[in-house]
Amino acid sequence: MEMINLTIDNKPLVVEQGTTVLKAASGIGIDIPTLCYMKLEDMNIENKPGGCRVCVVEIKGRRNLAPACCTEVSEGMEVNTHSIRAINARRTVVELILSDHPADCLICAKSGNCDLQDMAHHLGVRQIHYQGEKSMYREDTSPAIIREINKCIMCRRCETMCNDVQTVGVLSAINRGFQAVVAPAFEMNLDHSVCTYCGQCVAVCPTGALTEVDETGAVIRALSDPSKTVIVQTAPAVRAALGEEFGMEAGTLVTGKMVAALRSLGFNYVFDTDFAADLTIMEEGTELLNRLSAFMAGDKTVKLPILTSCCPAWVKFFEHHFPELKDIPSTARSPQQMFGSIAKTYFADKIKVKRENLVVVSIMPCVAKKYESSRPEFSVNGNPDVDFALTTRELARLINLGNIDFKSLPDEEFDQPLGESTGAAVIFGTTGGVIEAAVRTAYEVFTGLPLPRVDFEELRGMEGLRKATIDFNGTPIHIGIAHGLGNARKLLEDIQAGNSEFHAIEIMSCPGGCIGGGGQPYHHGDAEILKKRQRAIYSEDTSKTIRKSHENPYISKLYEEFLCAPMSEKAHHLLHTKYFDRS
Amino acid sequence: MAEYNMHILVCGGTGCKASQSELIKTNFINRLNEYGLDDEIQVVMTGCFGFCEKGPIVKILPDNTFYTHVSPEDAYEIVDEHVIKGRKVERLLYKDPETNEPVGDSKGMDFYKKQIRIALRNCGFINPENIEEYIGRDGYAALGACLSEKTPDEVIKTIKDSGLRGRGGGGFPTGLKWELTRKSVSDQKYVVCNADEGDPGAFMDRSILEGDPHSVLEAMAICGYCIGADKGLVYIRAEYPLAIERLKTAINQAQEYGLLGTDILGTGFNFDVEIRYGAGAFVCGEETALIHSMEGLRGEPTVKPPFPAEKGYNGKPTNVNNVETFANIPPIINKGAAWFASIGTEKSKGTKVFALAGNINNVGLIEVPMGITLWEIIYDIGGGIKDGREFKAVQTGGPSGGCLTKSFLDTPIDYDNLIAAGSMMGSGGMIVLDDSNCMVAIAKFYLEFTLDESCGKCTPCRIGNKRLFEILEKITNGEGTPEDLSRLRMLSNVIKDTSLCGLGQTSPNPVLSTLDNFYDEYLAHVTSASCPAGQCKSLVHYTIDAEQCTGCTLCFRNCPVGAISGEKRSLHYIDQSLCIKCGVCFEKCKFDAVLIA
Amino acid sequence: MNKIKSLADLKKLQAEVQSKIKLREKGDHPENLVQIKVSMATCGIASGAKETMNYLIEELEHQGIDALVTQTGCMGYCYAEPTIELTIPGQDPVVYGFVNKAKAQEIIDKHIKLNEMLDGIIPITYITIDNR
Repeated sequence: MEMINLTIDNKPLVVEQGTTVLKAASGIGIDIPTLCYMKLEDMNIENKPGGCRVCVVEIKGRRNLAPACCTEVSEGMEVNTHSIRAINARRTVVELILSDHPADCLICAKSGNCDLQDMAHHLGVRQIHYQGEKSMYREDTSPAIIREINKCIMCRRCETMCNDVQTVGVLSAINRGFQAVVAPAFEMNLDHSVCTYCGQCVAVCPTGALTEVDETGAVIRALSDPSKTVIVQTAPAVRAALGEEFGMEAGTLVTGKMVAALRSLGFNYVFDTDFAADLTIMEEGTELLNRLSAFMAGDKTVKLPILTSCCPAWVKFFEHHFPELKDIPSTARSPQQMFGSIAKTYFADKIKVKRENLVVVSIMPCVAKKYESSRPEFSVNGNPDVDFALTTRELARLINLGNIDFKSLPDEEFDQPLGESTGAAVIFGTTGGVIEAAVRTAYEVFTGLPLPRVDFEELRGMEGLRKATIDFNGTPIHIGIAHGLGNARKLLEDIQAGNSEFHAIEIMSCPGGCIGGGGQPYHHGDAEILKKRQRAIYSEDTSKTIRKSHENPYISKLYEEFLCAPMSEKAHHLLHTKYFDRS
Repeated sequence: MAEYNMHILVCGGTGCKASQSELIKTNFINRLNEYGLDDEIQVVMTGCFGFCEKGPIVKILPDNTFYTHVSPEDAYEIVDEHVIKGRKVERLLYKDPETNEPVGDSKGMDFYKKQIRIALRNCGFINPENIEEYIGRDGYAALGACLSEKTPDEVIKTIKDSGLRGRGGGGFPTGLKWELTRKSVSDQKYVVCNADEGDPGAFMDRSILEGDPHSVLEAMAICGYCIGADKGLVYIRAEYPLAIERLKTAINQAQEYGLLGTDILGTGFNFDVEIRYGAGAFVCGEETALIHSMEGLRGEPTVKPPFPAEKGYNGKPTNVNNVETFANIPPIINKGAAWFASIGTEKSKGTKVFALAGNINNVGLIEVPMGITLWEIIYDIGGGIKDGREFKAVQTGGPSGGCLTKSFLDTPIDYDNLIAAGSMMGSGGMIVLDDSNCMVAIAKFYLEFTLDESCGKCTPCRIGNKRLFEILEKITNGEGTPEDLSRLRMLSNVIKDTSLCGLGQTSPNPVLSTLDNFYDEYLAHVTSASCPAGQCKSLVHYTIDAEQCTGCTLCFRNCPVGAISGEKRSLHYIDQSLCIKCGVCFEKCKFDAVLIA
Repeated sequence: MNKIKSLADLKKLQAEVQSKIKLREKGDHPENLVQIKVSMATCGIASGAKETMNYLIEELEHQGIDALVTQTGCMGYCYAEPTIELTIPGQDPVVYGFVNKAKAQEIIDKHIKLNEMLDGIIPITYITIDNR
């Protein structure tokens, strides 16, 4: 690799050819501000349209200013990142953006988390010298995502996520000139589009243009209704990220504090989606083994690979794009929906509360879960199994409304019986976790032998596409893992073409799995945060005494008392679902 | 083959076609048939003659008679009189604007005298739908010579030596561009012809494709041979239906004759051309945006580098040249680099086609040698300013360019001089302005165009130009302040400095150029709320001069909104609250009694 | 149409098709050509101007002389029809009257080829629209 000599702000440095000015500068502690630029290091995700022009710098001998994010260094280059010309241009550009931006920062959903707000503050913008017409677009509300595109600054991050990473292709720039904005084609509503509600657009939006539907108000009303029994379930990835909302280091596990906070907020029972994750393994694992055994016995009607079905965005994705494959994914409902279903039958009976008076709230790292809980097949006589699905961020808002000093809360334990879980359940929160949990149980059931080791390192990591072969005591089981729908698409195309080598595939829509979900605290482009959350998830797994789903005593009890056996008729009715052709 | 002793050329350019030139041709043929002369006299529909102002044009050869404003019925008269009786139809002849005398031989027309037609050599001369007429004019001889007798490096050297620069606006040396693409290593390369002509008023690319499509195809094949590409793509706007039709015909004919396709002229060289349609976005003239559009993506530019020469269409090395650039290639090969380099100025060789428009007598398409002065173009070729008004400025380079004032009338026109003068060559739009044009309004007009045509990708172009436009609007409405003028300049500079592509980087040029050259006019708008040219409606009002008004009632009768009152033979009066400032009274008054203030 | 297989084939075709537009090329650059204008008004046509014109075209072509033969209106010498105006490059035009085929042949052989003036030249007393 050729090395390049240059100076940035009079500091000489040597960097590899191909390095951008932005990266070269950051290497010597010069922090050139950026707005549209986003890179998730090591995850192959980069948004580099060079559109906002905030990162412009002055380069000696160049006619105009250069965007640092997409200008590569060259030999002898002399860069000045804070010449008066660069500062003036940078501030003018931000003023221009602000001149076409609603000035409702005080009440904006993104206030305090807004990259544009931060930028204006960072540059000390105190006056907007250019005033004029502002873009006016209608607001678009869907079951999960609100588009308030008056606040769109054309950074194109959402477009990169929706098109390049997820290959969903709903969001792209439309119109021209001053009217240009990112929206679905023909400005159609999101809920008429093939949007999967994965929420990755929301996760990366620098402003309040894309946010989740906020249901905290409805939950507060339910909590204050004496006729209602309100129970809550918390997804595995939430505990690894919630602390960030309260200024804690990324990757801090806050399971106990979270339980304490929820109890303090007035939830009658604080349960764990992890319990339902263990239940999912029982159902999905059994389905896998059934299919596998039949396949190995030569049954040609059996379809392999089996695909996981925990992720609602992924489910909607294949319903739209690969409807002909809809009998391949496991029919098992997601843990959220299994929990809702069991809560409103088994548990409601247990505490003798009528279904209508039992309110199930879930705390999810996800915005698609809002959509999932609203799917009609997950309700009984119009009463949904899960009433409200809040994101991690919404929970933080609830905690703030509850005047709770989160950081100093003591740890508390989940309630029983739906609060007990194993280490296998908690790793559902990261890519590779569901399939690892399934392997832990399937191995023992298939071989009748105890696992020689519980940790399957070969299934872990952050690579977008991974594969591993697990030796089921002489039978090699080929496993594929994809996170990010673009990666999932590749595996599906292989299946379509009949080239798939796998027996089972785990698919998660969000990069990193649920830890990187669209409902998590904003990562602001820092992939390190996702990695820290992942480490936290695995450490929670390690700390558990029971680490295989089929060993969860409350699960065994549930089957004994209520469901009989995995894949039983009752289990089918309550824990499985079917998929629809939405193409 | 029948030998004709007279050729009747009927212009088949878009403008003349719109004025029924197709029917003119039919009438000629029918009348000649009646006389039994159809095998002695050939009627040919050609490409554009350039003199669109005077269309439909009919030219009769070999005696070089140039008929203007010909109607379908006139075709009969021309046959009866000119063909049969040998008497030129004087009524239809082009008349010298100064002497008003008819000009019998088009060689004597000032409009053509100073032109040197290289790119337009076949326009208005051959039938663009007949490949044999092109071949008869040395067509495909350059390609044949390149393939059979020259190495790609030799051809590139010829192009480099000729000094040919990109005619699309930037003026990048064509030979160098070819060389860069040649050097890129790849299994697949592309030649792209940029026919996304977008400057308001410019139509030279359309005319070339309509009048001489084979010259572009031949040049593309030569380019393919040089850079190592076997695939050519013409990116053309869908609103050029005639050009598309002629291009399609030309491609089919060239394939039929084996001049496109595999093993061309037995040399083993393969090259074929496909058409890609654009939706007519100005920004798609920018080569990266053009390539995205061809790939089916949103037509918006990306940061260069990488240049298309390294990573272009489908990520492969791509050479993009404009139509006019390509049209110059075959003559350069046929006649040699030295011949081409002998025309023009030191750094700008050859000719340039300009679309002459605005307040000028001879509106049309002209091809002139580089280095010609504005004076020669406006007064010799263009026949001077309309209605004898005073020349004020000429706008060149379209929305990316600027205004040149009187002081530049004697400046030789080439790429570098135009830039030094604060404008640019652009694709060759040339709009002549007189003292009735308000320069603030002109700047606003161009900015409005850019505003519509910006892709909206980068902040300065998307929002900055909007704010710039709003300030101009404020000024033309008489609400501007002197601070607005400095704000205009500051914002313009930031937009130039920070925009992503050429469109944004040049969009403030009309503003800066008019600010530089006509500052007083701006100042009048903001300090005394008046428009010296009387064009900004908000700033003018019409009154009737009591001294001059004869009470003829003409203004009263013509006012569309009934704002004028007054009895016959008594002073008339304009009610300012009703007046919509349409200016009809001013135009109609025979006694100069209507005043603009 | 058979495909053109080589540069030589292309040149052959070019030579063939050039005649199609030769007349236009001539019209575009007439100054170096022998120009003959045949007066073809009613009187001229009645006196056989058309035959004369056709004969001139054919014979000049036959003898390989690059010339431009065009028709023009009445020159006013109706008594002397058919009349032609002949311009040799670099010389003033002259007008001949009573040009039948034989006279035409003589004009080609003597005046055009040998530059010898013949009898029958009519002094010019008109201006045409072309040289006004």
